[in-house]
Amino acid sequence: MERSLFARQPSVLVFIGLLALFTIVITILSEGFGLGIVSTSFIKILGKTLCLCLIAIAMDLVWGYCGILSLGHFAFFGLGGYMIGMWLMYERTKDIVIASLSGGELPATPEEITEAIGTQIFGVVGGAEIPVVWYFADSLFAQLLLVVLVPGLLALVFGWLAFRSRVTGVYLSILTQAMTLALSLYLFQNDSGLRGNNGLSGLQNIPGLTEVSQSVVSAWFFLASALALGLGYLVAAWVVSGKFGNVIRAIRDDEARIRFMGYPVEAYKLVVFTLTAVIAAIAGALYYPQAGIINPAEIAPIASIYLAVWVAIGGRGRLYGAVIGAATVSLLSSWFTGGQAPSIPLGFYTIDWVDWWQVLLGLGFVLVTLFAPKGIGGLFDRLVRKDAAS
Amino acid sequence: MSALLEVTSISVSFDGFKAINNLSFEIGGQELRAIIGPNGAGKTTFMDIVTGKTRPDEGRVRFGEPQLDLLRLSESQIARAGVGRKFQRPTVFEAQSVRDNLTMALSNDRLPFAVLRYKPSKEDDGRVSALAEEIGLSGELDRTAGELSHGQKQWLEIGILLAQEPKLLLVDEPAAGMTLGEREHTTDLLRRAAETRAVVVVEHDMEFVRRLDCKVTVLHEGSVLAEGTLDHVTANSDVIDVYLGR
Repeated sequence: MERSLFARQPSVLVFIGLLALFTIVITILSEGFGLGIVSTSFIKILGKTLCLCLIAIAMDLVWGYCGILSLGHFAFFGLGGYMIGMWLMYERTKDIVIASLSGGELPATPEEITEAIGTQIFGVVGGAEIPVVWYFADSLFAQLLLVVLVPGLLALVFGWLAFRSRVTGVYLSILTQAMTLALSLYLFQNDSGLRGNNGLSGLQNIPGLTEVSQSVVSAWFFLASALALGLGYLVAAWVVSGKFGNVIRAIRDDEARIRFMGYPVEAYKLVVFTLTAVIAAIAGALYYPQAGIINPAEIAPIASIYLAVWVAIGGRGRLYGAVIGAATVSLLSSWFTGGQAPSIPLGFYTIDWVDWWQVLLGLGFVLVTLFAPKGIGGLFDRLVRKDAAS
Repeated sequence: MSALLEVTSISVSFDGFKAINNLSFEIGGQELRAIIGPNGAGKTTFMDIVTGKTRPDEGRVRFGEPQLDLLRLSESQIARAGVGRKFQRPTVFEAQSVRDNLTMALSNDRLPFAVLRYKPSKEDDGRVSALAEEIGLSGELDRTAGELSHGQKQWLEIGILLAQEPKLLLVDEPAAGMTLGEREHTTDLLRRAAETRAVVVVEHDMEFVRRLDCKVTVLHEGSVLAEGTLDHVTANSDVIDVYLGR
């Protein structure tokens, strides 16, 4: 009875194929590697969108499959961004500092270099000391490890406390919102050690690769994001396709029943919550170097709510639904709020999409909930079934 | 022979209402027992206590050999120790196939990482087929459980319980909403199950209890009112008072 992942879930193969095709076409059209038809700024938007699709898969896993409506996964996304951002900013500042000090008669001592880096990075929040949390910032390997460890441990401890106390449903959602809000408010403080509301910036410049143009760097990040999305999709599909997937769906549908069957529900929730937090963190670590800047506003509670809206619009409980939702809504969002959408003059009033996009999104959400409760992915299913029936 | 389940003078009250009052109960390893009693007699609360959903204010609950103190275990640990429970309302996982429902219930390792690596074996497939045969759902293995009839869902749930290979089976009103034919099938299932394990059936329906033909425990206001054969307890004047009103 053993069948491969692709036999059980043919949509996985379709998805990976489409993603590969899309990635190749865009790379060929990019400025960095190919014909230069797709601009570098658009490559960045596409790369960021792929990262958002990846966190949407994490959200679908934790909410659509396991029934935990977490409204805090953007906190893990943001933390992943901060962790890689620390290395990017530290190393680049170090390069600049060494270059500027090299003009002196005596070679600069390590203390002088460290002090200059501290002044450069933390002058803006009135400090010169490098905070302890930056202890590993000099090592790419350590910071990459922290991308996974910090959000992973936060999710593990938070989840352990929350699930152990049998906090479920809307109460758990509120708790996750409280967690994001607390984290965001903490990061807003100047003495949090992460530059307060200034956040980390200049992240698009990769240390050691200053000679390489942004068009090439962005194309590499686009490829890396596509690879991460593909791998994330495979991992998620593998997790949900077997018996583990059946158990977490059972937890979603009737938690008490599966508990009386002998399954330790809390342990399953903790595994899924932590795994998805790590996926979210990896997505964030790829997103922010493309965005160039990260600040505490990114972790605001509303971001995590948007994430749930994407997954609901795309159709939860099916992985490609999450991807469709995240891609559609975030691309539309950047089109409307980027000032590219033409305003509509009505004479007495002008509809300016930067403001009205929110209304449109809200309406879209209401319409999807009313008329396509299974989301855009659900409409997909209906088409496929019609095909099979005829 | 010592009893499989020993419940000794348990009491529990909710907001001052004594749902269970100094109740003691014993059942042997291969025994079928019916628990009857009017509404509010504490039948469901009794099951909640044995399965770990409710903690009693006082008393002891001992189970198995060597004896386990069930009051110290969580619901899932109690289930893994060998106590299976069927709820009043049939609760199967409607979005999943009959096969998936049964496979999840098989008595394999239930910890997350073991389940993540789980691969269906020939042996497990065989067990699922045998179970399906026993509960009369062989033809429905690949159907979604939500499409089954009410009676079929009840059987599937009994199948889920048998798959767990419990030492003790607690069954809450299995015959509710069943047709006559379905009731007979259910009676057979339960009596066969009791040949190798202890089965406790909570039931309102006297006719169904008569069909089970087993020892009966009558509960009233949270304690045991009478115990014995059905004819014995129905001849008891206290039982007549409780059931027919004073």
